[in-house]
Amino acid sequence: MLVIVDYDAGNLRSVLRACEHEGIPACISADPQEIMDADRLIFPGVGSAESAVDTLHARGLDKAMRDFFATGKPMLGICLGSQIVLQKSEEGHRDCLGLVEGVVEKFDLADKALKVPHIGWNEVEIIRPHPLLSRVESGDEFYFVHSYFTRPANAEDVYGVTDYGDRFCSMLGHKNLFATQFHLEKSGKKGLSILAEFGVWDGCV
Amino acid sequence: MLSKRIIACLDVREGQLAKSVKFVDTRDIGDPIAKAKEYYEDGLDELVFYDITASSDKRDIMLDVVEAVAEQVYIPFSVGGGIRTVEDANKLLWAGAEKINVNSAAVLRPELISECAYAIGNQNVVLSMDIKQVEVSDTIPSGYEVVINGGRTPMGLDALAWALQGEALGAGELVVNSIDADGTKAGYEINLTRMIAEAVSIPVIASGGAGKPEHLLAVLTEGKADAALVASMLHFGEYTVSGLKQWLHEHGVKVRLKYA
Repeated sequence: MLVIVDYDAGNLRSVLRACEHEGIPACISADPQEIMDADRLIFPGVGSAESAVDTLHARGLDKAMRDFFATGKPMLGICLGSQIVLQKSEEGHRDCLGLVEGVVEKFDLADKALKVPHIGWNEVEIIRPHPLLSRVESGDEFYFVHSYFTRPANAEDVYGVTDYGDRFCSMLGHKNLFATQFHLEKSGKKGLSILAEFGVWDGCV
Repeated sequence: MLSKRIIACLDVREGQLAKSVKFVDTRDIGDPIAKAKEYYEDGLDELVFYDITASSDKRDIMLDVVEAVAEQVYIPFSVGGGIRTVEDANKLLWAGAEKINVNSAAVLRPELISECAYAIGNQNVVLSMDIKQVEVSDTIPSGYEVVINGGRTPMGLDALAWALQGEALGAGELVVNSIDADGTKAGYEINLTRMIAEAVSIPVIASGGAGKPEHLLAVLTEGKADAALVASMLHFGEYTVSGLKQWLHEHGVKVRLKYA
């Protein structure tokens, strides 16, 4: 069973609905044991990194997610969920899960005409192929809502970039983990294709 | 580069799609769920539903509409109309809406914006403003006044001041709806849209008056809007979402074209 991790960060039901639409059996859980027993894991997220990290810690989910990652089973992070896998976030200056080396920074754009948060549809440029991106091409657009972005320390963890004043990492991957800054569950058929591929991914790159 | 968004607006009355002209006459024109699906398949960027159901005992019908749309449409959508409390907002989000639109209730009680922003996040709170042009005065220095009750009640509140206050209270986006232009199909209120878009640092969605593709082009360029709301242009089949986007693309506006 695919488990969607409940850490009080956003509308989990929209991710659940998208899974059902793609024919992937899924449930929502905040129980560390259920999470460890899952075949695959999605951690969505809207809100602030500080409250997300605090909630994960309070529910014992940070350890469960680290242990799950170590098993090699597939994991997918969405939006805030793509940020909490790094080591540190500027938002609330929290230590995050540390599954991927790197940090989360706030947009500090030279072009003051560009608004923050970055809200709307923007293009993704694929930097390296990934099994989840078999139906995505460079130039495809996805729906973003965020003020912070990920900066993985190792270039080989960057799978896609997006241009907003500057180029930022919009898709990252490390071993059995993949994550998108955009809301793939709200990005039409292109977004759903990533979810569908995740439903059958074996966790190997 | 960020694309300009095309947002379809669906007024829903007791579960039926309706279209109003200058906020007075309203007629029912079909099934909002089928329309939402049709526009989604044709490349729409976002949807907004306004619940214009008059009687409060029939409001729960809207939750069913939201649920049904959320099962079929995988782009952001917001819902407005009759939201007075955080509880109202939460019900709609739980049913599947991405964002909520507050309007009259926020004018009457501005804390509603900050309460909703705290509860569901700034990015999910859209402040929708109905605005009428008036003579410049001490109370209305911009010459644009906020009105409520579908345009019938002037509030003695300056539109520009209200936009800035809404942003400060935590609204994540603004809908600038010109009551003068609404339903006329004579074009958006460009000056009003630009004035607000230049003053705030959150996205501005232009609303009211769309009748031709040229109107969208004008408000997305000269009007500096981040998104354009369209309704009757689409609902009566005169234009299609993909046709409008292709036309805007050919006229130099960055829009999302690949969606299949």
